[in-house]
Amino acid sequence: MTKQSNSLSQGTTPPIFPVKTKIQVTVIFFVVIGVYLFSMFWTQQQMVGGFGNAIGNMVVVIEKFFPPNLSILPAIWDPMAQTIQMAIIATTVAAVLTVPLALLSAQNITTFKPLYYFTRTLLNILRTIPDLVLAVVFVGLFGIGLFPGIIALIIFSLGILAKLISETIEAVDMNPLEAMRASGGNILQVIFYGLVPQVLPQFTSFVLYVFEINIRASVVLGLVGAGGIGLVLDQQLGFYNYPNAMAIIVLIFVVVLVIEYISNKLREALI
Amino acid sequence: MIEFKDIGLVYPNGTEGLKNINVTINDGEFVVMVGLSGAGKSTFIRSINRLVTPTSGSLLIDDEDILSYRGSDLRKLRTKIGMIFQNYNLVKRSNVLKNVLAGRLGHTGTFRSIFNLYKKEDVGLAYESLKRVNIDEKLYNRADELSGGQQQRVSIARVLTQKPKYILADEPVASLDPPTSHQVMTYLKKINKEDNITTIVNLHFIDMAMEYADRIIGMRAGEVVFDGPVSEVSEKTFEEIYGRTIREDDLRGGANES
Ligand SMILES: Nc1ncnc2c1ncn2[C@@H]1O[C@H](COP(=O)(O)OP(=O)(O)OP(=O)(O)O)[C@@H](O)[C@H]1O
Ligand SMILES: [Mg+2]
Repeated sequence: MTKQSNSLSQGTTPPIFPVKTKIQVTVIFFVVIGVYLFSMFWTQQQMVGGFGNAIGNMVVVIEKFFPPNLSILPAIWDPMAQTIQMAIIATTVAAVLTVPLALLSAQNITTFKPLYYFTRTLLNILRTIPDLVLAVVFVGLFGIGLFPGIIALIIFSLGILAKLISETIEAVDMNPLEAMRASGGNILQVIFYGLVPQVLPQFTSFVLYVFEINIRASVVLGLVGAGGIGLVLDQQLGFYNYPNAMAIIVLIFVVVLVIEYISNKLREALI
Repeated sequence: MIEFKDIGLVYPNGTEGLKNINVTINDGEFVVMVGLSGAGKSTFIRSINRLVTPTSGSLLIDDEDILSYRGSDLRKLRTKIGMIFQNYNLVKRSNVLKNVLAGRLGHTGTFRSIFNLYKKEDVGLAYESLKRVNIDEKLYNRADELSGGQQQRVSIARVLTQKPKYILADEPVASLDPPTSHQVMTYLKKINKEDNITTIVNLHFIDMAMEYADRIIGMRAGEVVFDGPVSEVSEKTFEEIYGRTIREDDLRGGANES
């Protein structure tokens, strides 16, 4: 303590960041740069012919995709709708299940520490599993189709939603909750009156956001057998029917854009 | 009647919030608690509705020791004690009516309150309460659209809607300007007299304490160092409570403006 004030009074300006932090950040920076350089070098070596050849190959393949065979659009509309339904169902179920999980993993609401740590850990573990892995596991368990896809998406979105919403809950103004507790309200009443109005706009916004993610994810999940448009795309690619595949890609592109646009507009209106 | 008997409170971190408190507050009294910051005024007030729990002694409210209360006993106790806070503690995003109706939570079933199925009498009572503090025209405004004084009046209306036997007010005017402070204190005093609701108010300001209190309790370092009717209080009393001479900022002023 005295030492510090001494060095200040001698007129030396202290650094904005502690020296230790500075060294740490510098080391981390160089390690990251090193990893980048190494992986660039390594990928080059692994690719036969390097980047140049890969780009040439790409052009050849891309040419095969054109023109897209748009005449199949009526036929692929059904699986596309399935994909959207998959995302809707999964998002809805996840939104409902998120509520108790988010409350239990919010430190200001769940004051019983062991329970809080338990749900926190559970959610952290959930979030480490990639959606594709979930889909592969559930397709293995339930067979090819929409059901395993929906289950995978529910678990995947639960991980994200519960985390985002529990953090929103933790940032809430606790004063009105105290007032309601002081007037004799029970825990459910306190939550519904004091907490819900404060988190509802954020909640809706996050659900819409996760819905957007789920639309895209459900396409990808289809590729590993979880039904919907992704499955059809996978089949067409398997038959080397590139014009059909391209038509599917165009459809997905348009649908995702439209849904994101709508959802963005809704979210803007909310906040 | 509220009876503190040898009450002590030690916070988990070892701070002694209250030391050997013996105080009896009779029905209908208007008591003002004064003392420096950290003297234990909030701890005293919050013990009464058990937002904090004393660690020794017994605390009787209407002849029942409330220190053993848990769960539904505790909620029932709290329904008869209204509380007013320095920061109004309204749900800012909800409208005034909904905030005031929250005063009925303790009297309303969980299902009814969650689905906003309030009884007609309750809504009527909420509206009447808003009228009593002259803020009924803001019924459907969001709470965060109101000024501080208006928000505090809404929070008084919320307490009125609760139909309490006791009102606790923890620094209700600390965030308000002088005229508004007097307005809020006047409402509290009026309610105390008209409804015969025992009222305990924490205040920083000496002149306000003198103007509104029937009885003043002075605290220092967790102990009651003065307790008596306002007629026995002089500037010297405050100097003893505060342990220093009285300064300009111990006074709110502005009594004539309202
Ligand atoms: N939750 C708590 N945990 C630990 N110590 C606390 C807690 N709340 C209050 N204290 C301590 O207890 C003592 C009394 O605090 P209290 O809030 O009752 O004082 P106060 O008279 O209301 O002061 P102010 O005028 O600043 O509101 C203080 O020393 C304070 O630091
Ligand atoms: Mg205080």
